[in-house]
Amino acid sequence: MRNRGRSNSRKRGLPLAAILSIESQFPHHSNKSADGATQPPGFTNRWNRRRVIVLIKLKTTMQNPLECTPLQIGDRVFRSRLLVGTGKFASNETMRDAVAASGTEMVTVALKRADLGIESDPFADILDYLDFDRYLVLPNTAGALNAEEAVRIARLGEAAGLPKWVKLEIHPDPNYLLPDPIETLKAAEILVREGFTVLPYINSDPVLALRLQDVGCATVMPLGSPIGSNRGLETRAQIAIIIEQARVPVIVDAGLGAPSHAAAAMELGADAVLVNTAIAIASAPSRMARSFAVAVEAGRAAFEIGLDHGQNKAEATSPLTTFLD
Amino acid sequence: MSQFSEVFAALPIDAYHRQTLDTSSSTVEGILHKGRAEDLRDFAALISPAAQGKIEELARISRARTQRHFGKVIRLFAPIYLSNECINVCKYCGFSRNNPIPRITLPVEQVVAETRKLAAQGFRSLLIVAGEHPKYVSNGYVETVVRECLPIMPSLGIELGPLETPDYRPIVDAGCEGLIAYQETYHRPTYKELHPAGPKKHYGWRMETPERAYAAGFRRLGIGALFGLYDWRYEALAVAAHARHLYRHCWKAQINISVPRMRPAAGGFQPDPAYQMSDRELVQLVCAFRLLLPHAGLVLSTREPPALRDGLVQLGITTMSAGSSTEPGGYSHFDETTWTPAEDQPGEQFHIADERSPQEVADMIRSQGYEPVWKDFDQSLVSTQQQLEKV
Repeated sequence: MRNRGRSNSRKRGLPLAAILSIESQFPHHSNKSADGATQPPGFTNRWNRRRVIVLIKLKTTMQNPLECTPLQIGDRVFRSRLLVGTGKFASNETMRDAVAASGTEMVTVALKRADLGIESDPFADILDYLDFDRYLVLPNTAGALNAEEAVRIARLGEAAGLPKWVKLEIHPDPNYLLPDPIETLKAAEILVREGFTVLPYINSDPVLALRLQDVGCATVMPLGSPIGSNRGLETRAQIAIIIEQARVPVIVDAGLGAPSHAAAAMELGADAVLVNTAIAIASAPSRMARSFAVAVEAGRAAFEIGLDHGQNKAEATSPLTTFLD
Repeated sequence: MSQFSEVFAALPIDAYHRQTLDTSSSTVEGILHKGRAEDLRDFAALISPAAQGKIEELARISRARTQRHFGKVIRLFAPIYLSNECINVCKYCGFSRNNPIPRITLPVEQVVAETRKLAAQGFRSLLIVAGEHPKYVSNGYVETVVRECLPIMPSLGIELGPLETPDYRPIVDAGCEGLIAYQETYHRPTYKELHPAGPKKHYGWRMETPERAYAAGFRRLGIGALFGLYDWRYEALAVAAHARHLYRHCWKAQINISVPRMRPAAGGFQPDPAYQMSDRELVQLVCAFRLLLPHAGLVLSTREPPALRDGLVQLGITTMSAGSSTEPGGYSHFDETTWTPAEDQPGEQFHIADERSPQEVADMIRSQGYEPVWKDFDQSLVSTQQQLEKV
């Protein structure tokens, strides 16, 4: 079994000075951050121990200038409230750079794309591009058509040394990739019982969200609109109910096509958002990733401060309560 | 469930076909403005001669839609031919039973050896192809091949003579998850003329193959027409109708559409020049499919020449083969470094047009800012640990 580097040498919440001091030991690894740029030979297969070092400039922006409260999921604490997906990128190098630029601390990877065998596979090496010290690598079950398949692939990920966390996604319809609520609940029950930290991708169904919390899921991840649609918070009213009733963090997943969508979700009170397509297919993925990061921070800070939602003030021509005077 | 063959018989494909010729450019503009084709009528307009003048705009919309759903990636696969034994007479096919070509059926060990060779090139997705023959391609041969190839190839599909649902189940149970069944031509009189003998002459039974395969548990279904046998617009409308039917009735399956054009093959079949589809028309069709079927996989094989394949990477294609041999045992003669055949391939089904190696094709894809994806399926999704251990 390969060691997937599950230890986290960078503790969450380290002060900036400490981070700078750690990373200043690796000044020559800052390399290229431009989209599509390649790393020197020898980099790709060292993912299990290799840390990705980013530009000093980036480190400062990774700090949370708006001082939002950290996000706790299960037993882990995250400063960033932006989760990033790793599919659809023009290259693994572009993905690696965009993920770094986003400042995220949690990335999700489709296990079907990875090689989970003993040896690293140069033709299925997406995991080699992720720094396990820096990110919680959240395996996802994309490709599973039912609970049985999802459970099986989650177990396989764990057996291969990946974190015992799973982004549970079961979408039997390959077109809109909408999640199957029945199979998701079934799989969640099994995986929670087996000790997984389960983050289920769901349609914005408040009752399903409650049922999943009842079985012990660590979050719920309702969709804003179908995966890849970039249509934003089309399920806004339902998400508001889910947030209102939630006992676990609510992560809005899927369909967020613009930073303003992400900010809107955060202003609504979502605990985090997950973005993939809008970053992956942007003409400058790293810059777009930063744009989302800033929007997420802004939205969260505004939520924490408390927004004045304005009023549609209407004055009745004849006051209704004068009889009380 | 109503089968597509019945549904198709009642569809006004001829009327849509006529409509393509009468479409005005303002109709096309209206659909482009919407950004998608909502029905077969819209699709007919997009494959019309009038839409030819709007091909650049069509391509732009198609590219954006494809990127949203599939990302900047192209999935790669390799075909492997097990046998060119065939009892069918298909006038356009190199394997047609009366053609005097060397007939080969590979022993399982050779299939495995060739599969290893393909895996070394990068492939993690294999399409198993064979002619239709009850003596050579039967009795558990395909299941055995699937089981033996699984440890090397996480994703396996088949393109064989159609079977009944119960006969597909053992192949699915062995770990195969994709099936391709091309109708060749949806135009019934043409179908009858080109398939005079053999089980393939049953037009309706062939057309229902994807539905029977879905019932057996296949999760990827591939359909298509062989362009060049009849008017391409008619075929395109039929394929589109077929895909839409499968979306409703086989809703858990990933639907893939291939767009093969006729290539020279043994037998010397001469297609009617009136039915020839130009490069421009092929590009138009790929984009039109994308606007009607935003989630369909669109597959392009090595039948097409390099320049056209390169151009289509960004316009809607999602899946490509590369470095293919269409002869059973053909890869055994490939030089592993240069990936070129060391000798002629007289038993091939047709001659390919893009002879570049898998690495050259992958480099070409990268050079366009796309990622070549070799692995997009894991066998653990469909096989239990015990099954995998048995393998």
